[in-house]
Amino acid sequence: MEASLEISPGRVYEVLEGVKDPEIDSISIMDLGMVVEVTTVGNNVKVVLLPTFLGCPALEIIKKNTINAVKELPEVKDVQVEFVFHPPWTSDRITERGHVNLRKFGIAPPPRQIEADGSWHIECAYCGSTYVTMENVFGPTACRSILYCKSCKNVFEAMKPVSTLM
Amino acid sequence: MNENETVMSQEYKEAITSLLFQLADDDFLYAYRGSEWLGLAPHIEEDVASSSISQDSMGHAAMFYKLLEDLGVGNADDLAHSRPALDRKNSVLMERVNGEGYYMETPLYDWAYQVVRSYFYTQAKKIKIDSLCESSYSPLADTAVKVRMELYYHRLHWETWFKQLLSSTDVAKKKMDEAIKKVMDDFGDVFSYGNEKLLIEKSRLISSEESLRDKWNASIEPVFAALQMEVPKISDKPTKNGRNGEHTQDLVEALHTLSEVYKFDPIATW
Ligand SMILES: [Zn+2]
Repeated sequence: MEASLEISPGRVYEVLEGVKDPEIDSISIMDLGMVVEVTTVGNNVKVVLLPTFLGCPALEIIKKNTINAVKELPEVKDVQVEFVFHPPWTSDRITERGHVNLRKFGIAPPPRQIEADGSWHIECAYCGSTYVTMENVFGPTACRSILYCKSCKNVFEAMKPVSTLM
Repeated sequence: MNENETVMSQEYKEAITSLLFQLADDDFLYAYRGSEWLGLAPHIEEDVASSSISQDSMGHAAMFYKLLEDLGVGNADDLAHSRPALDRKNSVLMERVNGEGYYMETPLYDWAYQVVRSYFYTQAKKIKIDSLCESSYSPLADTAVKVRMELYYHRLHWETWFKQLLSSTDVAKKKMDEAIKKVMDDFGDVFSYGNEKLLIEKSRLISSEESLRDKWNASIEPVFAALQMEVPKISDKPTKNGRNGEHTQDLVEALHTLSEVYKFDPIATW
């Protein structure tokens, strides 16, 4: 029967766990909270993603990698990847596992909470201290900032806090 | 988006198209001028910050061109790179060179000018984006919400530089005063919709020119007050209005440089 050849969104989500951020290869697009929707019709798959930062050059690579990864599934015929802006991606979309995987890479996860006045707290990627200052909000890539820990005196990177409150 | 297209009147579509070109061309030229500072900013941290801001801004321009593409106006990359100066809708302020000399030769760029232009423009962009978050055209409103979050850091960055240089040495203050004058000479078309004023304003795509101008004044007033300075007045009669395709030789040369790179490899991803 044809039905047995159809693809379920669940299978696609599993595959997307393996699509990594090209700039931080310990974290997947699922961990980052970039995947908003997976729909399947027969053997065709559509993946809807949220761009993290609009000018991020990694987005095109992510799109390509997503298509290639989903195509690996034998039942899949056509893969479409679309970027949408609604809902807007915010740093609180990064999952609990995403936080763990960021720390593995030596990057401090974004703050859990951003106050109404835009202020926030980040823990040092090395010692966990919150006695830190922002050195340069603009880090090596659009999504990262550079901070300094006054406790262990290390410079470290953190995911830039992004919120609609800003 | 398709459903929007079918119910969209010709007039409404013209208004959106015109506004999107203004927004897209502003960010495109702003990002280009910013990128010319690569390796020339006052210190390495600033180099990183400046290029990040330019990259974000180029991303914003790309989004606005993409919205034009979705409306069937043309291919986004072509719209960005292949339109002549006469068709450009950016404010004249965005096209001005960073100073004397060429990037590839001996640039004598003016950092005070870059700080003032960036701060005043970013503040103006924030005022526009806040209004666009409520736009009657929902794809534009969604984009604005996203741009707004990134803009938050740009604005903080330039405001910090602005305050610091104006509270620094006499030389710095003199250079900043000159830069403010120079920027304000070109600021008259920043909040102008040009000949499309009526069309754009009645489409409820964005607030009126006057309302945005007032909000800009009110938003930077506290910064000026703290520096014991007066907010410079925005002229309502710009000598050149970029929204109507009036531009300088600076734009012609910038587009030439930009399109050289593009024609070299038109399918490269930007
Ligand atoms: Zn530490």
